Amino acid sequence: MKGRELAFVICLFVGVTVGLSGYISTPIINSISSELLSWGVVLGAFALTLGLLNSIRIHGGRIARRHGTPGDRVFSAVLLGMMAIATVVGLAKGTTSDQYQFIYKTFLTPLDGTIFALIAFFIASAAWRAFIARNSDAAILLVTATIVMLGRAPIGELITRALPEATAWIMDIPNMAAQRGIIIGAALGSIALGLRILLGIERSYLGRG
Amino acid sequence: MSDKGVKRVLIAGSQFAFGVLIVLTFSIVYCIQIARSGGKIPTFRRIPGIEAVPEAIGRAAEMGRPVMYNPGIAGLTTDTAAQTYAALEVLAYVGQLCAKYDTELIVTIRNAEVLPVAEEVVMNAYVAAGKADQYSPDSVRYISPFQFGYVSGVLGMIEREKPAAYLLLGAFWSESPSYIEAANGVGALQIGGTANLHQIQFLVAGCDYTLIGEELFAAGAYVADNRAKLGSIWGQDIGKIVAVLLIVVGSISAWLKSDWLTKLVSK
Repeated sequence: MKGRELAFVICLFVGVTVGLSGYISTPIINSISSELLSWGVVLGAFALTLGLLNSIRIHGGRIARRHGTPGDRVFSAVLLGMMAIATVVGLAKGTTSDQYQFIYKTFLTPLDGTIFALIAFFIASAAWRAFIARNSDAAILLVTATIVMLGRAPIGELITRALPEATAWIMDIPNMAAQRGIIIGAALGSIALGLRILLGIERSYLGRG
Repeated sequence: MSDKGVKRVLIAGSQFAFGVLIVLTFSIVYCIQIARSGGKIPTFRRIPGIEAVPEAIGRAAEMGRPVMYNPGIAGLTTDTAAQTYAALEVLAYVGQLCAKYDTELIVTIRNAEVLPVAEEVVMNAYVAAGKADQYSPDSVRYISPFQFGYVSGVLGMIEREKPAAYLLLGAFWSESPSYIEAANGVGALQIGGTANLHQIQFLVAGCDYTLIGEELFAAGAYVADNRAKLGSIWGQDIGKIVAVLLIVVGSISAWLKSDWLTKLVSK
């Protein structure tokens, strides 16, 4: 059996077993499924090494081959330097040590929060573009979004009691109907995709083998 | 096995769902077989978001700028994994077009387990296009396992590489407006697609084309020159007809104050 066929057989076995464990409860299926999921976690940890190597190759190559602008190379050097420091401290002192926690809380957490906070501005600019009533669809979006936003804020009720009621109607009837339609369609689509993979119709992820 | 024995083996509350899954599986497999044997399959409606992909990549080729592809931030083993697989299916098509038009493709990865699969998909796409020598291992770039670490990496990359086309297909969470606005800032044509309900509105508002829910899962089959894949979409549509019938019957039952269908689906 060639590598590609073997990988497909493993995929079929794992997919069917773990899939069945969602509906059928027998000791053998439960134990095999739980074991396979544990192996998945282990494989995920190995994959992290591949990610590390990918980053070292790309950023190390950029510095060594002098690709990109000087600024790009500085960013790559900072990335590789921080990666090395965090790895060494984590391995030497452990991830619960004060030193590792200092790196985590002083660099990672604030940077994480900063990027998260930017979303507010991105949403505002996306809303500005979306709410320009270029056609009837955009006009409907503008009107409904205005009603829902006012209906959800205290000022909406001060303007008129009809606003919260209209908001509740929009959210519970047309919005809920559309959401359920999307959920049903997506669920059916994911089953069809799963079958394409399990039946070997979609195999591009298996490589050349 | 007796009826009671079957009920003991099946997890409570999942009996109806399991039955539906079995019926749906048979209908999809049946449609695939008909399609494979050369039988007539229905014509599918156009998906503008997918038909715009060649235009987006052609635009990038004309402008001499890269195409960036974001397959979402979900992994391969969670409940949103199907969206990642759907994104990888479309990536194969995008990779072939980029190889054909000699356009640089950059794929950003958040989940390390997706990395080797995405590398295989892109490499296969170049091989299938007959341009294996043009495949660059640097096309697929691992960024960070942290959600906003990944976002900051992608935002920087969009700003530096200035892609002419930005495709974001897969599972996204609160970070999706960031990609859209950053790519809009550099004038990229954007094609988005997700089945995550809470993010669809951002994609619709910000992208030039959007694949909503099932369109994302159908996209890979839609673009492939493969009758079996098209057969699977046909089988999926039969499931949709059954769902619509159940909704109609359920609505009539609720109107008649009968709860037999509610009891049946909750079994």
